[in-house]
Amino acid sequence: MSSAGIRKARLATEDPIWVKALILTLVVAFLTLVLILPLGVVFTQALAKGWKVAWAAVREPDAVAAIKLTLLVAAIAVPFNAVFGLCASWAIAKHDFRGKAFLITLIDLPFSVSPVVAGLIYVLVFGAQGWFGDWLIDHDIKILFALPAIVLATIFVTFPFVARELIPLMQEQGVAEEEAALSLGASGLRTFLRVTAPNVRWGLLYGVLLCNARAMGEFGAVSVVSGHIRGLTNTMPLHVQILYDDNDATGAFAVAALLCLLAVVTLVLKTTLEVAQPDVAGRRAH
Amino acid sequence: MTISIRQVEKSFGRYPALGGVSLEIKDGELLALLGPSGSGKTTLLRAIAGLEFPDKGQIAFDAQDVTFAGAAERGVGFVFQQYALFKHMTVARNVAFGLDVRKGKAKPSKAAIAARVEELLNLVELGGLGKRYPSQLSGGQRQRVALARALAVNPRVLLLDEPFGALDATVRKSLRKELRRIHDATGVTTIFVTHDQEEALELADRVAILNHGVIEQVGTPAEVHDAPASPFVCGFVGEANRFEGEVSGGVFRAGGIGVAAPGVADGKAVAFVRPHEFVIAPAGFGAHIQRVTLQGPLAHVEAVTSDGIRLQIVASRADAANYAAGATANLTVRAAHVYPA
Repeated sequence: MSSAGIRKARLATEDPIWVKALILTLVVAFLTLVLILPLGVVFTQALAKGWKVAWAAVREPDAVAAIKLTLLVAAIAVPFNAVFGLCASWAIAKHDFRGKAFLITLIDLPFSVSPVVAGLIYVLVFGAQGWFGDWLIDHDIKILFALPAIVLATIFVTFPFVARELIPLMQEQGVAEEEAALSLGASGLRTFLRVTAPNVRWGLLYGVLLCNARAMGEFGAVSVVSGHIRGLTNTMPLHVQILYDDNDATGAFAVAALLCLLAVVTLVLKTTLEVAQPDVAGRRAH
Repeated sequence: MTISIRQVEKSFGRYPALGGVSLEIKDGELLALLGPSGSGKTTLLRAIAGLEFPDKGQIAFDAQDVTFAGAAERGVGFVFQQYALFKHMTVARNVAFGLDVRKGKAKPSKAAIAARVEELLNLVELGGLGKRYPSQLSGGQRQRVALARALAVNPRVLLLDEPFGALDATVRKSLRKELRRIHDATGVTTIFVTHDQEEALELADRVAILNHGVIEQVGTPAEVHDAPASPFVCGFVGEANRFEGEVSGGVFRAGGIGVAAPGVADGKAVAFVRPHEFVIAPAGFGAHIQRVTLQGPLAHVEAVTSDGIRLQIVASRADAANYAAGATANLTVRAAHVYPA
């Protein structure tokens, strides 16, 4: 009889349906405009002249060199940052020392500094007119406009990803398990390997994936230090830029599409992780 | 093993946690460190474990100075308040951890470790749960695993930090009995920290009462309850009514209340009266009875004196008839602990 009997049960925190619909529409419209449409353009443009042309653009020697260089740079920078990030977050989250706040700020620096500035720093330090310029030339060591500078710039830019992922996780976990391990006779190293590291393994993997995605896509810092030597010091993002400037739209979009695919693979892996490990996703939501 | 703590001091920044603590723990003893929060009891326990290092003083296990030895070298078993089980390991792997991390000849064979794990899980009555993960256990079960893990390494001393703090009352009571049983079975010197006086008095052979980083009294549960060494102990252990008054000629007086205070110098004083030390006496002071609650064999009486002092009285059920809510009863104090103020 009463209307209360017919009214659908609704959570106290739930908003009226029209509010939800409005917000959802806005979000979807925005995402379509700035994310999905551009991605769609990349793939349609890449395949505009048929997939054979696109495939040829990717198989072209300079493109292959760029792909190889990108993978090589990521293969060096990502493990380095994974190890560094793990050490830094361990030191910050599990220990107290002077200058801790300063170290945290330092780790965040690459996020706040423009990548172009990061690249310029290496030019100033290692360039011919730089601090170590003469010494490097004397000893015939090539850093700038070569692989070392590209790796260094990539490491700088992707520095914070792993540490930023792990610090809150480790802080939340506290030191009780480590203390328990120590009191049971485990050495510091064993405690780290058998207790600390396994407890953050999913967070570490997540951070590594994000770090990898960024390492392969970095443009600004790498652009400054690479020298743009075709077939030698061009990474994929730089190669895309060069092809585009040469009015080779198909080629540019074909390589861009490949770069997108690498990113998509990373995202799929990340999502799979979150499904397999709901607590990782849940903790991130806090 | 005997543990000697000599003049141990420790501060965190400007906050002094321990201010010169000395304590001897006898071999095979079950000792409680009792005190309110912030009294330094956990800091003292962690200093014994090697998880915290004193600023001054010395800690010795038998004749061996361990003041600055790391936790790993001391051979202690530590049970943490929040269990601190290794989340990513099964119960069996948790219990085996201390044996697993041993190196070379000290490391037992796989079969020996498995047998030891089995034995300990049976000791804490968790036989058959070895393959579970900590997240699949109840709070009480996790605490048992933590206990088994600490005992697996045959520790020279077992240290427990508020071991029952996070458990509900029923589980707490049964685990208390369990700890006593396990202590008696293993004979290992055991120290536990608690803020719950009932727990300390029921479980421990001796109780050390801490306040503001110093030990106020060490004694058997009966000693600290019946002969408290300081006003703090008297107020903290057991229920007590507190009166402020004066002593003259060996008698304490506060309003109409008078009680013998032998050996206390004349002057201002505080008296603590246990709830069961009030008796009905026609010549006594008058108290207005406000409320009577019957609990099993006892009657809990709330009363107010003519001076407005509130009283908590416990009488036997048989005497309950003398206390009627709304009426006035004449009372006298049988005994009190009196301290100069």
